[in-house]
Amino acid sequence: MLGPFLETLIGGLLTGVLYSLVALGFVLIFKASGVFNFAQGAMVLFAALTVARLAGEIDNKEVHLANFVVAAAILGVALALVGWYCWREYVARGSGAPERRKIQMLAALGAIVGGGAAWLYGKGAWPMWLAIAATAAIMGLLAYAIERLVLRHLVNQEGIILFMATLGIAYFLDGFGQTLWGSDIYTINLGLPKDPIFLLEGVFPGGLLVDPGDLVAAVIAAALVVVLAIFFQTTRVGRALRAVADDHAAAQSVGIPLKTIWLIVWTVSGFVALAAGLIWGAKLGVQFSISLIALKALPVLILGGFTSVPGAIVGGLIIGAGEKLSEVFLAPILIRAFDLAGGGIENWFAYVLALVFLLFRPQGLFGERIIERV
Amino acid sequence: MEARMSHPAPASAVAPNVIDVASIEVIYNHVILVLKGVSLAVPDGSIVALLGANGAGKSTTLKAISNLLRTERGEVTKGQVRCRGERVDGLTPSDLVRRGVIQVMEGRHCFGHLTVEENLLTGAYIHGGKRRQIADDLDKVYHYFPRLKERRASQAGYTSGGEQQMTAIGRALMSRPSTILLDEPSMGLAPQLVEEIFEIVRSLNEKEKVSILLAEQNTNVALRYAHYGYILENGRVVLDGDAAHLRQNEDVKEFYLGIGGEGRRSFRDVKHYRRRKRWL
Repeated sequence: MLGPFLETLIGGLLTGVLYSLVALGFVLIFKASGVFNFAQGAMVLFAALTVARLAGEIDNKEVHLANFVVAAAILGVALALVGWYCWREYVARGSGAPERRKIQMLAALGAIVGGGAAWLYGKGAWPMWLAIAATAAIMGLLAYAIERLVLRHLVNQEGIILFMATLGIAYFLDGFGQTLWGSDIYTINLGLPKDPIFLLEGVFPGGLLVDPGDLVAAVIAAALVVVLAIFFQTTRVGRALRAVADDHAAAQSVGIPLKTIWLIVWTVSGFVALAAGLIWGAKLGVQFSISLIALKALPVLILGGFTSVPGAIVGGLIIGAGEKLSEVFLAPILIRAFDLAGGGIENWFAYVLALVFLLFRPQGLFGERIIERV
Repeated sequence: MEARMSHPAPASAVAPNVIDVASIEVIYNHVILVLKGVSLAVPDGSIVALLGANGAGKSTTLKAISNLLRTERGEVTKGQVRCRGERVDGLTPSDLVRRGVIQVMEGRHCFGHLTVEENLLTGAYIHGGKRRQIADDLDKVYHYFPRLKERRASQAGYTSGGEQQMTAIGRALMSRPSTILLDEPSMGLAPQLVEEIFEIVRSLNEKEKVSILLAEQNTNVALRYAHYGYILENGRVVLDGDAAHLRQNEDVKEFYLGIGGEGRRSFRDVKHYRRRKRWL
């Protein structure tokens, strides 16, 4: 009995880590801007599609060279900008007309270099690392576009308005990704080990079966979480992010530039979406349904608390493990007791758990208490 | 609208004022006219009080200077704001903080989930990673507000109103400002605390040479600590002068300090008088 239980538990926990990864993207944006970003799932899909197409097999599918040129150009621009930024930080602080011209020149140069590189690479199928780098750059650009075109105009608006805006972004991204990259099902080959590992063979007969792909994913997710937690708690920008989350207006009044902060936050959550997209894409294939895992992140968030990075992790673990355990062990009991057709517990278990939490602990396990003082 | 004011503004030839506001008009949401040509000046190193009732436009004036207005859908449609002679009306709040002009907002606006010390540190955001300087500034803030040092590790949301006001002022100090726009620091505080905070403000002005533009409803306290005062009514400056003079002014006594006013016979006189005064 203990053997299968542990096996299910481990499998569930590993899936849970992947839920956490998606939830993490939500938490980041919610913490820093108080926006519930419905587009997180769409960002995951978009990132996965981009990687899949840039690095993917293109055997008998039409190749759009323009896509690759654009992606490479964006990568080039991003490299140029990062270089320029580092250089500026190194030399001096300041901004003005000459600086802006410099930025434009470097961006143009980066675009030319990147575009040229893409041309040389020709018919797609980039090495994985390059595809991932280009996608990261594209996610950064996407963040910039969202900030510039949407968020900047909605400063200090009601939360619901911002939420509706992200809803729009979500559907736009879902469609736009397919417009750019096509709507077929693609694969991402990360070269993860596929052969199952058996643990503790001495203790349990046959050992515990563990999917190594899940294991790697879990390690990546854990690393991301640690980095993000440190970033939020100890750095200057992290502190500014939390300040913005608490009070936009006050943050502005002390000289924290909202534009920059939002750009950073959306970029980082774009990167998180990229990580989630890579792993989910490698696991399930890249298809439209990936954007729906965002809905799985909802109970995770309610359980862990919308504002807590560790909460997203623990919540994901609980949901993942709970789902699998309930499916394997609770379902047979229910079936026998009530003579049901059975199955499907996996689908609703998380939501019921979230509902219970909403009733008894609305801020979640780790969420910040809502402070009201008069 | 032509503003004919008796304020000491054109002294800029001698020593430029830290803040010069020249007949600004502010419109919210493209329709609501809130300021109808306000002019004022904050000379370097002084405390200037901006007085008036609720809705007179005090906060709006401060926000027009610090440029926090834009996020509230407000807009300066006429006039200009200058900081040491340079126009600043197009800049972002962050740019202004870099130039040494910072606003402490009405209602304190601490970051509730951050600790008191973290709140203070956010004020040093524009100074980047200058660790030594920030540590020194933190010590200085704790020197002026010893109470904050005791509460440094507690979440700001759970501290008292007075402590939050101190946190907000201390946070502004961390940016090393030359001018603080202080909006309604007495709001919701016990009289004793109000005195305590104003004492600190005065010593900041004297020792740190910080100029202060103070918006207050509490005319009595404000005029005791300020050097110069402007009285705002319905989006216009109706009266201005040295704080000592204003305190002696019959109208100020009657309308804002709640004393005197025996000479007035009927309410009609009052209305007439005020209407005339508005167009001063």
